Amino acid sequence: MLNSTASRNRLRGGVILALLLTAFGAAPARAGDLEDAQKLLKAGERQQALEKVNRALSANPKDPQARFLKGLIYTEQGKQSEAIEIFSKLTQDYPNLPEPYNNLAVIYASQGQYDKARAALEQSIRTHPSYATAYENLGDVYAKLASQAYGKALQLDAANTGAQNKLSLVRELVREPGPKPAAVAAAPAKEPAPKEAPKEPAKAAAEKPADNTAEVMKTVDDWAQAWSKKDADAYLGYYAKDFTTPGGEARDAWEQGRRSRIDAPKSIAVGIESAKVTMRNPEQASVSFRQTYKSDKLSTTSRKTLELVKADGRWLIKEEKSGK
Amino acid sequence: MKKRFALLVAALAFISAAAAATPEDRLSAVFEAIEANQLDVALKRVDALITDYPNFRLAHLVRGDLLLARARPLQTFGNVVKTVPQERVEGLREEALARLRAQRQRPGDDRLPRYVLQLHPEQKHALVVDSRRSRLYVYANEAGQPKLIADYYVTLGKNGIDKTREGDQKTPVGVYHVTANLPRNKLTDFYGAGAFPINYPNEWDRRQGRNGHGIWLHGVPSDVYSRPPRASDGCIVLANPDLESLRQRLQIGLTPVIIADEIEWTDRAALEGERAGLAAALEQWRADWQSRDTERYLAHYSPRFATKDQDYAAFAAHKLKVNAGKSWIKVNLSRVAMLRYPAERDVVVVTFEQDYRSSGLSNVMQKRQYWVKEGARWKILYEGAA
Repeated sequence: MLNSTASRNRLRGGVILALLLTAFGAAPARAGDLEDAQKLLKAGERQQALEKVNRALSANPKDPQARFLKGLIYTEQGKQSEAIEIFSKLTQDYPNLPEPYNNLAVIYASQGQYDKARAALEQSIRTHPSYATAYENLGDVYAKLASQAYGKALQLDAANTGAQNKLSLVRELVREPGPKPAAVAAAPAKEPAPKEAPKEPAKAAAEKPADNTAEVMKTVDDWAQAWSKKDADAYLGYYAKDFTTPGGEARDAWEQGRRSRIDAPKSIAVGIESAKVTMRNPEQASVSFRQTYKSDKLSTTSRKTLELVKADGRWLIKEEKSGK
Repeated sequence: MKKRFALLVAALAFISAAAAATPEDRLSAVFEAIEANQLDVALKRVDALITDYPNFRLAHLVRGDLLLARARPLQTFGNVVKTVPQERVEGLREEALARLRAQRQRPGDDRLPRYVLQLHPEQKHALVVDSRRSRLYVYANEAGQPKLIADYYVTLGKNGIDKTREGDQKTPVGVYHVTANLPRNKLTDFYGAGAFPINYPNEWDRRQGRNGHGIWLHGVPSDVYSRPPRASDGCIVLANPDLESLRQRLQIGLTPVIIADEIEWTDRAALEGERAGLAAALEQWRADWQSRDTERYLAHYSPRFATKDQDYAAFAAHKLKVNAGKSWIKVNLSRVAMLRYPAERDVVVVTFEQDYRSSGLSNVMQKRQYWVKEGARWKILYEGAA
């Protein structure tokens, strides 16, 4: 179970485990089951992992490491209420462990219960003031709560007010729970204790669409501005080569029509309000907004949806729908 | 023991004071905590404020900032992402500025608007609106002297002030009064707690060719606590609780509503000086009318004078004819109110009850005159029934 590269910390845990082995006959099998369960979970074999954990728990029902792992498996299986129950119970039994609080918060946040997530994370930090993952998660929860508050302030969809960050689940009980000495035995069963849980790659990925959103929005703003400046060339430059002209008109005819509509008024002012960007995928976006058009001749307000595609690093309009 | 009791009393006093605090006072307390770098206190205060006023959007914006500040440094007040319609954020920022400015720069005791020269005894209050401050000040009539007793944040026209045309979405500037009380159950939710139309366009507006109608004081829809400073179609919009407390002070047909771009402030002595000057002119006009010296009487009228249907010449001819036939005239004025017109140079609206008796006809009427200072002398520009 121990290997030569084990850290001092792990070694110490190992010593305690060795001592415990003599105290609990079932312990070796349990520890083996847990390690197997962890490997299985990592390999995505959740059901098998659960079976192993349950075996470990039948030998030692109070074991925090096993319960924690079970909570993790349930979380990954999407069994949120079961997972919440396990992590909550862990926070009651081991109020000094920050990880169960953190994971509770992750689940609450995924349910949109940011106030509860915030409370759990604040608790997690209170137990371990230097717990970086909880800090990071709490930062995201604050940002999320802020975006909800902004949404209420400005009457917007929450999606519009800020980046959607996914919080980081802690995958292991890093610290030694205080009240139950038996739990110390759990320490060797895991990887060298990282001081900070690694940042989930999913998180970085989740941030990307938000950047695209800004890009798309900028394109739409620029498009409106080119139109407002009566710069027909620039304006038409925002339309993709395969732009679906309204009514299936020939591209040339459509362009000519647009040019004369842009040339005719002395001044044009196009405003974009209440814009909502939906990323269909990283290369395709749909933007719905209220368009205010004001020229010396006409003043109208309409709903508009632009379908945009990314080609050669630029967002271009593929389709333009009005009144939707 | 005694000391403890005193503490308790102090605590109770504090609690009741806090309970009486308006949402704006409480918002101000949030900003005070922010300025004192007590962000936790600020967040608690804003949370409590939102619990009591869940539709106070500005409070939500501040809460958003306080939460976001815990996650990362803020770039600006109302630190929302750029994809959000910026005009909405801007509206809330302006509301915050207007509310805080008004809270922190309340006029001192000796600062009075130059407009309220005189109220008559039955006019219990006068309202004065400052468009730049987005503020409505309520003055009580204390033995003829205006005294500031309340002030409220107000929303005015999208396109600002100086209404001239129907649909220009501007709030008029001038001297008006409330003309009706439209209760909540007669209105859609848009008008909130109620509405009080004012008499725009008044005689002066019509004379300047201004048109449009339907300028009201009213409340806000139930899903908001307040609206941005420039958001109405020209109406003066108050938060519903503010409209409720204003309601009991309004007298239909009596309460003046004076709307200015930026209130001109003066002190009590200067105000009294201006009032006395005009009061003397008014008294001279009355005495000269009574004297039946029509030339002296007509000298009170400006060459630019006009009624609804007469110019100066027609009016003068008519008066000469009427007065010649009288063997005596007695004129008594009572319930005199004098309100200076904002944005005009030395124009004052004077209203009074006129008790006219003569050898021929006698009648009592409510009259309104517009006086203007021409050179050193006050002259009448308009008169008609009020």
